[in-house]
Amino acid sequence: MSDFVLKRVVALLLPFVQMFGLYVIFHGHLSPGGSFSGGIIVGLGMIAFSLVFGLEKGSEKLTERTTTLIESFGTLWYGAMGLVGVLRGSSFLMNKGSGVPLGEPGKLYSGGLILLITLGVGLKVASTMVTLFNALMEEED
Amino acid sequence: MSPQIIDFLNIIFLGFLVVIAIAVSYVRDLLYAAILLGAYSVTMALIWLLMSAPDLAITEAAAGIGMTTLMIAVISKTGREEE
Repeated sequence: MSDFVLKRVVALLLPFVQMFGLYVIFHGHLSPGGSFSGGIIVGLGMIAFSLVFGLEKGSEKLTERTTTLIESFGTLWYGAMGLVGVLRGSSFLMNKGSGVPLGEPGKLYSGGLILLITLGVGLKVASTMVTLFNALMEEED
Repeated sequence: MSPQIIDFLNIIFLGFLVVIAIAVSYVRDLLYAAILLGAYSVTMALIWLLMSAPDLAITEAAAGIGMTTLMIAVISKTGREEE
């Protein structure tokens, strides 16, 4: 798959696709979408890159070590955000009850810790999609 | 939209869904089958939107296209024609 038009169109579209995925992740508590769908969109942008430009160039941009690190970081981030409630003297994953400021309703920061938790889950879903694709496309020896 | 229009569109989309699901099992070329599954998930996303569930519609569209891409990846390893 080494077509000139495909390569240029993907290179033009990729930043907008990633931007839209991050938008869906960050606005999960305000508008339709959320961490799962946004993470899949971010991961699909990366998959489109390695599908058109070749698997070697794609793995150069996002190596297997990086995706493993991001995947583990997403899970740990979720746990760390849950521990905020415990450290403030309340139960696990407690948001408002542990004294986290909630912000103005309707604005981007209006859910307390939900914005940060969603970021971790979205990163994990995106790197899982890329790992799945790389595992399916790798050459068998 | 009035309820009659929503019912009419629901019937059209559900019929389309059944046609696609039957066509996927009859097509011999695996690449066409994967593309038909993508059309299936887009139709399903429209039905979720008609049922006023835009959250599910976005998830269905994104996950359907993602699964289609992964299936194309598998097809490029195994070969297009079904035995």
